[in-house]
Amino acid sequence: MTHNTPHTQPVRLLVVLGVLGAITLLLVWRALDLQILSKDFLQDQGDARHLREVATPAHRGMITDRNGEPLAISTPVDSVWANPPELLAARAQWPRLARLLNIDAKGLERHLTSRVGREFVYLKRNVSPDLAEQVMALGVPGVSLQRGYRRYYPAGEVAAHVVGFTNVDDAGQEGLELAYDEWLHGIPGSKRVIKDRLGRVVENVERVSEPLPGKDVALSIDRRLQYLAYRELKAAIQSSHARSGSVVMLDVNTGEVLALVNQPSFNPNNRANLRGDDFRNRGVTDVFEPGSTIKPFTVAAALETGKFRPATMIDTGSGLFKVGNHMVRDVHNYGVIDVSTVIQKSSNVGATKMALAMEPKQLWSMFSRVGFGAASGGRFPGEMTGALSGYKGWGEVERATLSYGYGLSVTPLQLARAYMVLADGGQSKPVSFARLTEPPQSEQVMRPEIAGQVLKMMEAVVNAGGTGLSAGVPGYRVAGKTGTVHKSQAGGYAANRYLALFAGMAPVSKPRLVMVVMINEPSSGEYYGGLVAAPVFGRIMAGALRLLDVAPDDVQSLRTQLVQGDGVNKNAAGVAAQTMPVQPAVHQAHVSNPQPKHRERVL
Amino acid sequence: MNQKAIPVYARPKEQGFLFRLLQRIHVDIPLLCGLLLLSTAGLVVLYSAGGQSLDVLMRQVMRLALAFAVMLVLAQVHPQHLQRWAPWLFGAGILLLVAVLLVGDIGKGARRWLELGAFRFQPSEMMRIAVPMMVAWYLANSPLPPHPLKLIIAGVLAIVPTLLIAKQPDLGTSLLIACSGIFVIFLSGVRWRYIILVGSLVAAFVPIAWSLMHDYQRQRVLTFLDPESDPLGTGYHIIQSKIAIGSGGLYGKGWLNGTQSYLDFIPERSTDFIFAVLSEEFGLIGILAVLAIYLFIVMRGLYIASQAHDTFTRLLAGSLILTFSVYIFVNIGMVTALLPVVGVPLPLISYGGTSMVTVMAGFGILMSIHTHRKLVPT
Repeated sequence: MTHNTPHTQPVRLLVVLGVLGAITLLLVWRALDLQILSKDFLQDQGDARHLREVATPAHRGMITDRNGEPLAISTPVDSVWANPPELLAARAQWPRLARLLNIDAKGLERHLTSRVGREFVYLKRNVSPDLAEQVMALGVPGVSLQRGYRRYYPAGEVAAHVVGFTNVDDAGQEGLELAYDEWLHGIPGSKRVIKDRLGRVVENVERVSEPLPGKDVALSIDRRLQYLAYRELKAAIQSSHARSGSVVMLDVNTGEVLALVNQPSFNPNNRANLRGDDFRNRGVTDVFEPGSTIKPFTVAAALETGKFRPATMIDTGSGLFKVGNHMVRDVHNYGVIDVSTVIQKSSNVGATKMALAMEPKQLWSMFSRVGFGAASGGRFPGEMTGALSGYKGWGEVERATLSYGYGLSVTPLQLARAYMVLADGGQSKPVSFARLTEPPQSEQVMRPEIAGQVLKMMEAVVNAGGTGLSAGVPGYRVAGKTGTVHKSQAGGYAANRYLALFAGMAPVSKPRLVMVVMINEPSSGEYYGGLVAAPVFGRIMAGALRLLDVAPDDVQSLRTQLVQGDGVNKNAAGVAAQTMPVQPAVHQAHVSNPQPKHRERVL
Repeated sequence: MNQKAIPVYARPKEQGFLFRLLQRIHVDIPLLCGLLLLSTAGLVVLYSAGGQSLDVLMRQVMRLALAFAVMLVLAQVHPQHLQRWAPWLFGAGILLLVAVLLVGDIGKGARRWLELGAFRFQPSEMMRIAVPMMVAWYLANSPLPPHPLKLIIAGVLAIVPTLLIAKQPDLGTSLLIACSGIFVIFLSGVRWRYIILVGSLVAAFVPIAWSLMHDYQRQRVLTFLDPESDPLGTGYHIIQSKIAIGSGGLYGKGWLNGTQSYLDFIPERSTDFIFAVLSEEFGLIGILAVLAIYLFIVMRGLYIASQAHDTFTRLLAGSLILTFSVYIFVNIGMVTALLPVVGVPLPLISYGGTSMVTVMAGFGILMSIHTHRKLVPT
């Protein structure tokens, strides 16, 4: 065989070897460059692609009532989300996924195609862990879960307005969920995880920071009283065909709100078909003219002037009294009555005459001191302060109408707080929605003896001859005041739309509870506060006193009733029982003597 | 041949049974050792790259067994037979390539396969052996250095299959086949002035071709040359691959601990980009070890070529081993972002069968060339 020409072979071999050597060196240099010189940069780049910090949700604090019963609790839920491009590729799986999540398959397609450029789209928020497991069992590509918490409200519509609710992102939206959001919400932690190319978490590397769970809040609400109040209010609203209503109950010693219920209410666990109206915590946000329920404060202001005493006689004439162009009317003709009877019978003319007998400032000062026109201190979101105008512009008509509760506006909560002053010997204190460990600083805004005198007058309202007879509770001395308010409307007052009110406290010997019942536009015929609101007051107060183990201060009435076989519980007997006259003998024992001892003056 | 030409290991009576057996069946022991070492290393890396799948591993072992069997069979075939078959093999290969273009199966967007009863056949792989054989056969028939006219014909012999394969399209294989033909021509002792002439012609053609291209074609060429300018397309592979290699560092992250590969960031990690997995898990040390094995095999191949006794075997052996080294360089160059992305597997390490069989067939021919020397009557 022929060999290559001898001189070309070594050169060519050397060229080949040289090129091979150069290439080998190039590869080695490249490896050195990547693995030694650029190592840190490339490692960072690698970490940037698979190491991620993700938030770990923090548990939101629980809201409980004053006894630790849960009113709002967070439970873990999962949100189903998808990476649209990946899920779009798995078209065959859509129907099963859509069926499981209970969403429309066509809507799902639109939802995904319109977001094809994104990497994260929620398919369904907050599903139960059970359903989430089923979804993941389908193994649809691009579908993942996100852990979160959802709020549940065990008390449902009963405490819905007070507790409020959170939005889908677990932030307080309404009510005390909003008010105490800072306190309730936790601080999400974060952890470092390794994610693969498709964004699935492969491994948890470390916790960067622990999630800080939110703190629990114990409300002042007593769930038992809340239920009781809600049940009675709802029944009353239904039977009187009223539009709405509220009940506020305060603890006289501390100013804590023990119950606050409204109608209509809503189910905070399912807010799908709600009207904005239903959300309103009417007890705090709705203002109205207090009508006759303000008369105790008119009387208190009158007593404070020194010009009046409980027994001071006032001539209410024929129940008509002209002030300027305005005619003040009483329901009946009471003739000459003392101050106590003005309260008991709710005489507008009597209240007017007292108001006109004092300086405007004195009346204004009393209203202002008991908290009208000012915030109640409960800091409830959206709380209204009502309106109490300055006394400088008050003419005789204004003073007259103010004396029986027109021309100013209050909320049920404000009214209850004002009554708390009368119940607590003239002490005013802020209300509180949170459970208090010690009573708040209170302020003496009324002389104790005046508060005591007015309290006694109000007790007569619930007794024979009073307007609020059905607010009575057997075994307890109850004081209160009815109110029947003409609702204002554009251009004046509506002829046939009323607000039925009852505000009161019990037991009189050492008041523990203050309560306001407001029923808006009863339309079943009855509309007087004493007939519509007072029975509700009586029923709730009876149950509340029993639940709180308040010692009866009117044992004798019970004894008498037992002896006469008159049934123990008026509430159980219903309205019929409440309209029965209470034994006169019993009353003479406690009620202030209706006979005035000395008549000083007749107005 | 004088006594000196007898290889050292051929000395009788001194070696054990295995040694004599291997010698009897025409196996070149250093080459075999290198290939076995490389395949073993490849299996270790593949186990990790394939997601620790025993199934993948077993299939690769079966392919390796088949490839070594093909190598052994070809080692028995005398180079004279190969020389005789060269034109027929080449002719058949051209026909099959035409057939592929007309009736071939489509896989991954290209026509590369012929359905032959139960199994599929890739004629382009056969051409990787047939083209250097044909060109070597043609040039070995006349004295060297070859006449310029013969050079042109040799060039045509190499370019026709190259274009047929490029049309499939299979850019990687067609470039390698062109290389195998060019290597034969280069080793045949073509005069340097012709090399320089062709080189300058090609250099002159580049700007002309550039000026004739449309904008989108230019863009494609630019992206091809610099994949990292397209980080969401081709560049994605390269960037991930660089990250994997770089994060390996000096010692690597350890076997089965490569995050980039395990998290599925490296595309084609058990096939074309397996070198990235190797680099991430075994670091610079691992790379150098594998490069050393490759270098050893290439050096042994070059030695065999230099010791070949006739023109045909010398040219064939030289071309086969140089094409093998081009394989390595193109693959590693691609994975380390030195070269454009051309789909070429890393020989004997990447997962996949056909190319492995072809490579081992080449080594079978090398062994045959080396072990049949002294028996050849000259």
